[in-house]
Amino acid sequence: MKQKAKIYITLKKSVLDPQGNTVRHALNSLGFKEVEDVRLGKYMEIKLNSKIKTSIENQIRKMCDKVLVNPVIEEYTYEIEGEK
Amino acid sequence: MRFGVIVFPGSNCDQDCFHALKDVLKQEVDYIWHKDPSISGYDCIILPGGFSYGDYLRTGAIAKFSPVMKSVIREAKKGKPVIGICNGFQILLEAGLLPGAMLRNRNLRFICKYVYVSVENSREPFTKLFSPGDILKIPIAHGEGCYYADKETIKRLERQGQVIFRYCDSKGMSTESANPNGSLGNIAGICNEEGNVLGMMPHPERSSEKVLGSEDGRRIFQSILKEVL
Repeated sequence: MKQKAKIYITLKKSVLDPQGNTVRHALNSLGFKEVEDVRLGKYMEIKLNSKIKTSIENQIRKMCDKVLVNPVIEEYTYEIEGEK
Repeated sequence: MRFGVIVFPGSNCDQDCFHALKDVLKQEVDYIWHKDPSISGYDCIILPGGFSYGDYLRTGAIAKFSPVMKSVIREAKKGKPVIGICNGFQILLEAGLLPGAMLRNRNLRFICKYVYVSVENSREPFTKLFSPGDILKIPIAHGEGCYYADKETIKRLERQGQVIFRYCDSKGMSTESANPNGSLGNIAGICNEEGNVLGMMPHPERSSEKVLGSEDGRRIFQSILKEVL
């Protein structure tokens, strides 16, 4: 069974997000007054074959910690989907 | 003295660094292709500016896995002078040789202009020829130069004299309006605890000759010569 990991990377809450702020201003000025905050991030889809020996979650976390995410400024969440 | 300028795919200030060192400072210089891991024959390693790997993923994030970087990290830990300029600074941050990270400029623009920076610490080997408070006119050219680190790290950098350059106005005041990119503490350049690894966003190689509008950057290279020779 092939699986797919969906990884969401955003700037940490403590880190200023000027892109998110700009988008929030744009939405507000278009009349979307209900928009309080916008955070921009990255979305990745990673397809995995069945050769993984350890758990997929383990591998995904390793990839994030090693290269995909910079822990100084970013945080991440992920989901894993099965594909038959 | 023998300098090595590392060339990553996407480096674009490598030739400027080469020229400044070879033709202006009359030193021996070689290009080092990023796949060549042998850097032991050099007295000082330069990681030049540019857009290594197209800035994909994050600035410097892919370059840190280039074969040459293992050697750079090893030699830096042994005390070899390493200087990362602009994208080179970003690579040093990603590689963990310097603390912190770079964010998008606060105004979201690519900024290419002359700025003033003050020399905060006169340390070997990079700022030995300066006195604290000296003001340099030196250009920046980056889209992601907003230096960030957590509060503890910033405190430690300040306490240990690792902040080397700070954005300032023409009178040397580190004001908010003199901060081009939103860097915490107006930080433009830092070194590691030992002092042998320097990262800076401004370009000394672009300010090493009068014809370019400033010669202030040249003294950084001259400091290294004085130290290593």
